[in-house]
Amino acid sequence: MPREGPLMAIVIDRDTRLVVQGLTGSEGRFHGLRNRNYGTNVVAGVTPGKGGQDVEGIPVFNTVAEAVDEQGANTSLIFVPARFATDAIYEAVDAGVTTVICITEHVPAHEMLRVYTYIRAKGVTMIGPNCPGALSPGKANVGIIPAEIFSEGTIGLVSRSGTLTYQIGHELTQLGLGNSTIVGIGGDPVVGSSFIDIVERFEADPETELIVLVGEIGGDEEEKAARYVAEHVTKPVLAYIAGFSAPPGKTMGHAGAIISGSSGTAAAKKDALEAVGIEVGTTPTEVAQLVADRFGART
Amino acid sequence: MDLYEYQGKELFGRFGIPVSDGRLATTAAEARAAAEALGGPVVVKAQVLTGGRGKAGGVKLADGPDDAEEKAGGILGLDIRGHVVRKLWVERASDIAKEYYLSVTFDRGAKQPLFMLTREGGVEIEQVAEENPEALARLHVDPLEGFQPYQARRLIYGAGIDDPSEQKQILAIIGKLYRCFVESDAMLCEINPLIVTPDGEVKALDSKCTVDDSALFRHADIAKMRDVEAADPLETFAREKGVTYVKLDGEVGILGNGAGLSMSTVDVVVVAGGRPANFCDLGGGGDAQGVVDALEVITRDDQVRSIFFNIFGGITRCDEVARGILTALDQMQITMPIVVRLDGTNADEGRKILADAAPANLHVEPTMLDAAQRAVELAQAA
Repeated sequence: MPREGPLMAIVIDRDTRLVVQGLTGSEGRFHGLRNRNYGTNVVAGVTPGKGGQDVEGIPVFNTVAEAVDEQGANTSLIFVPARFATDAIYEAVDAGVTTVICITEHVPAHEMLRVYTYIRAKGVTMIGPNCPGALSPGKANVGIIPAEIFSEGTIGLVSRSGTLTYQIGHELTQLGLGNSTIVGIGGDPVVGSSFIDIVERFEADPETELIVLVGEIGGDEEEKAARYVAEHVTKPVLAYIAGFSAPPGKTMGHAGAIISGSSGTAAAKKDALEAVGIEVGTTPTEVAQLVADRFGART
Repeated sequence: MDLYEYQGKELFGRFGIPVSDGRLATTAAEARAAAEALGGPVVVKAQVLTGGRGKAGGVKLADGPDDAEEKAGGILGLDIRGHVVRKLWVERASDIAKEYYLSVTFDRGAKQPLFMLTREGGVEIEQVAEENPEALARLHVDPLEGFQPYQARRLIYGAGIDDPSEQKQILAIIGKLYRCFVESDAMLCEINPLIVTPDGEVKALDSKCTVDDSALFRHADIAKMRDVEAADPLETFAREKGVTYVKLDGEVGILGNGAGLSMSTVDVVVVAGGRPANFCDLGGGGDAQGVVDALEVITRDDQVRSIFFNIFGGITRCDEVARGILTALDQMQITMPIVVRLDGTNADEGRKILADAAPANLHVEPTMLDAAQRAVELAQAA
């Protein structure tokens, strides 16, 4: 399936040469092989102490540096446990990998502050942590997104949540609509790429015609994205926000999904988005319907 | 994880931030003993994880042991914004000449730690920021560079602190507070008020600290500070079971898979005119044990009248989840109505498995909205 059609996509594409850090663990193996079966070019795995082994033909190295030198890896997918995750990120970046996708949940927030500052200065693209990864239907899948519920199309989808993204992608598929790329940016307070970083890429991506932004309570990235869209984005943008009924001060599943005092509420995010003309659906179903209406209105 | 004042002060003490000597008390008699040990006038302070203690009568000055016992008796059991006082911090009373404010917070928007210092302490910092922003010195710290003494100098000059002795003490406290913040993996370390006594001594009269749950694995001492008795008993039970659960105040029990979808499920129940009883995230999987654990937590809330399972099968297939639900229901005696919405990978097979088994109280609906409406109707009819 993924060997035809255009090469372009955002974050990952046919040029992706993937190294999976933690390939020999159960999660890493399961998803690494799924990603390869989808057509992603999985060139290496890294597990310290297991260099020289292979996982169904994928060579395993002791270090990311070897995976880069010997297999030309340029993108890393990280499945290592939380307490080793930032070490794995630094290792990938220092080995010359330019895109890092970290699935691991519960990475300490202070460590992510330092990682974020480090990778931004180096111009490295990072997705996550605590994210499902990225999928460009028909091109590449890096992470744990179930590709079979999405179809090829022109809608760029960016989200802080996993299953909620699948829900919305599924609703779109049922309406006959598909995605250019789906990016799960992660549910932590500090993640490598914000809504703005991904929206900027969708705006520049010729494969993307419309952008759907799926936010949730906590922080102010949706508000910042609203301002960015108003100033820099010409493509239509629609949104969904989860957590209207969430009580303040409670972490709702994701470490970053918490209303602090009066800031980070779903209502404030909805207001900010609507103020710049971005329609916000009340339910995932309604968002998909709004997207379908937009496409209907333009044909 | 939020810390009590006394726990925050314990952290401060470890990093050399000056605090007053004090003792913890859980009874009036212990408060008396604490006052006796400390000598002289003391302050009896309610330990609750909420603000507004002073206004609610949770902080009292006592001139000695008799008075401390009496004041403690009055404060213990008080309900302060829904938090019942079970612990007191009895501390040597301080004379206050000036009240400042100092904090370092995790500014997730800027992705840097943020210091704030002002001479207008003792009030809510949001109020100062709004009414008198020029009185508030703010400074971000590059997380890789870390704390540098010039940052503290900029803060004290920015806040207009000009007494040389105060400057010297606060410079030191700022550096120590940053270490406390980073080395404890804190999301917030706030001193309000940071007082100056008539003798010119600067110290932390209060503390407010929040520590990152994801970093507790390397802070066993802080993890032990969690007060399980003060937490909602259902949330404590959920934590023991490893279930992600937040108690809400309604009748429709909710179980979703994934944080975002579960939050969305809570919202959709409200859209359908119902009141959610909880937020509960089953996580990515849907194995029988996970379902049993989550159902045990949800059904312990006796307000619950119906349960709404909202499952989107991705990698985890719906037929597996359906079998998990049936196995779980077999193991438990649940008579209240359960509405299941299964969608995604292998949804048809999953629905068929449920329909074939057809327990009388199990209702299968095709969409999230239909299922929410059904669960709300069933809760209202019960």
